[in-house]
Amino acid sequence: MTQSQQAQLSPETVLAEMKKNGVTHVVWLPDSETNWLYLLMQAEPSLRLIPVSREGQAFSTAAGLSVGGKTPIILIQNTGLMESGDSLRGWGLGMNTPVVLMVGYRGWTRHGVTQDTAATYTERFLNAFGITYYLVENNADAPRISVAFEEAKRTKRPVAVLVGDEYHGFNR
Amino acid sequence: MFQTADMLKIFQQYRGDAIVVPGRGGRHWVNISAKPERDVPLGDPAMGGHASFALGLALAQPDERIVLFDSEGDVLMNLGALPTIAEQEPKNFYHLLLDNECYATTGGQPVPNAKNIAYDIIARGAGYPHTFAFDNLEDFSNNIEVILNLPGPVFVAMKVVPEIENDPIGRRRRWQTRSREQAIKDLQEELGITA
Repeated sequence: MTQSQQAQLSPETVLAEMKKNGVTHVVWLPDSETNWLYLLMQAEPSLRLIPVSREGQAFSTAAGLSVGGKTPIILIQNTGLMESGDSLRGWGLGMNTPVVLMVGYRGWTRHGVTQDTAATYTERFLNAFGITYYLVENNADAPRISVAFEEAKRTKRPVAVLVGDEYHGFNR
Repeated sequence: MFQTADMLKIFQQYRGDAIVVPGRGGRHWVNISAKPERDVPLGDPAMGGHASFALGLALAQPDERIVLFDSEGDVLMNLGALPTIAEQEPKNFYHLLLDNECYATTGGQPVPNAKNIAYDIIARGAGYPHTFAFDNLEDFSNNIEVILNLPGPVFVAMKVVPEIENDPIGRRRRWQTRSREQAIKDLQEELGITA
């Protein structure tokens, strides 16, 4: 394995984390940071994909799944997360929904300088709502996804995983 | 147009064991329902989300019939939920819409284009295989049993009389008899779900 491959967050690793944590449904809206998971998820028989057309839908859908005894994950981009504020408040926090949000961190850079306001406001947004988050950039960080699932289940709250973009270079 | 409470009394006769998300009909349903342990009165967690919530519940519990009483204000706020519901094809989902043509809980201001929207046609266009529209109670009464035996997702638009509230939220009478948390806990116990 080359050094660049080691630095990637592979879709297989993310899928393995989902399966390890008993995810049953993926509520998602495609984005440039997480689209690489799509084909793998489609082929995985233990997952049901629920595409939404606005990210706020994802929180109420996940709340229904959770009340019904299933384990959803929400897969969206940071832009959509910010659009979803009231749904996160009402259907996520207000319903005590134990759900992991896997959020494509558009505009993120490790050196902290970005021209993309989507990145500028992402962590501020999560902090405003009191949502714990974990940054995942590559396979070595993947166990943090399980940490997020454990925390969501224990606290009955949404917990975010920010997917830093280390693999295709959009954000460098 | 007809009264929501009158419609709910008729629906109750055909409810069977369905799980009911009473949505905007909650204030009446709480006094009509004979099976509160199978009701999910959530109040209003965030406007526009009831349809997606009910979809999630229907997918999680495919052997249970899920009946939602949604509102036109909620549906307009989240029209994109309709194609998602249609695509997921929950056979156990019955999406009933209370259309009072206004935002009743904020004083009765009309929703956009209030008198000229055909929600059943929107739902049909989004992909719901069965859609209906009723503006009188007799037609609803004559059809509801058949509707509840169709495979979902089914959409039923109903014209109901607005019940307008103008009091500030803090001064309104609370109709809920259980907290949201208790209602969910009761349902999960009924369904044997360990949270």
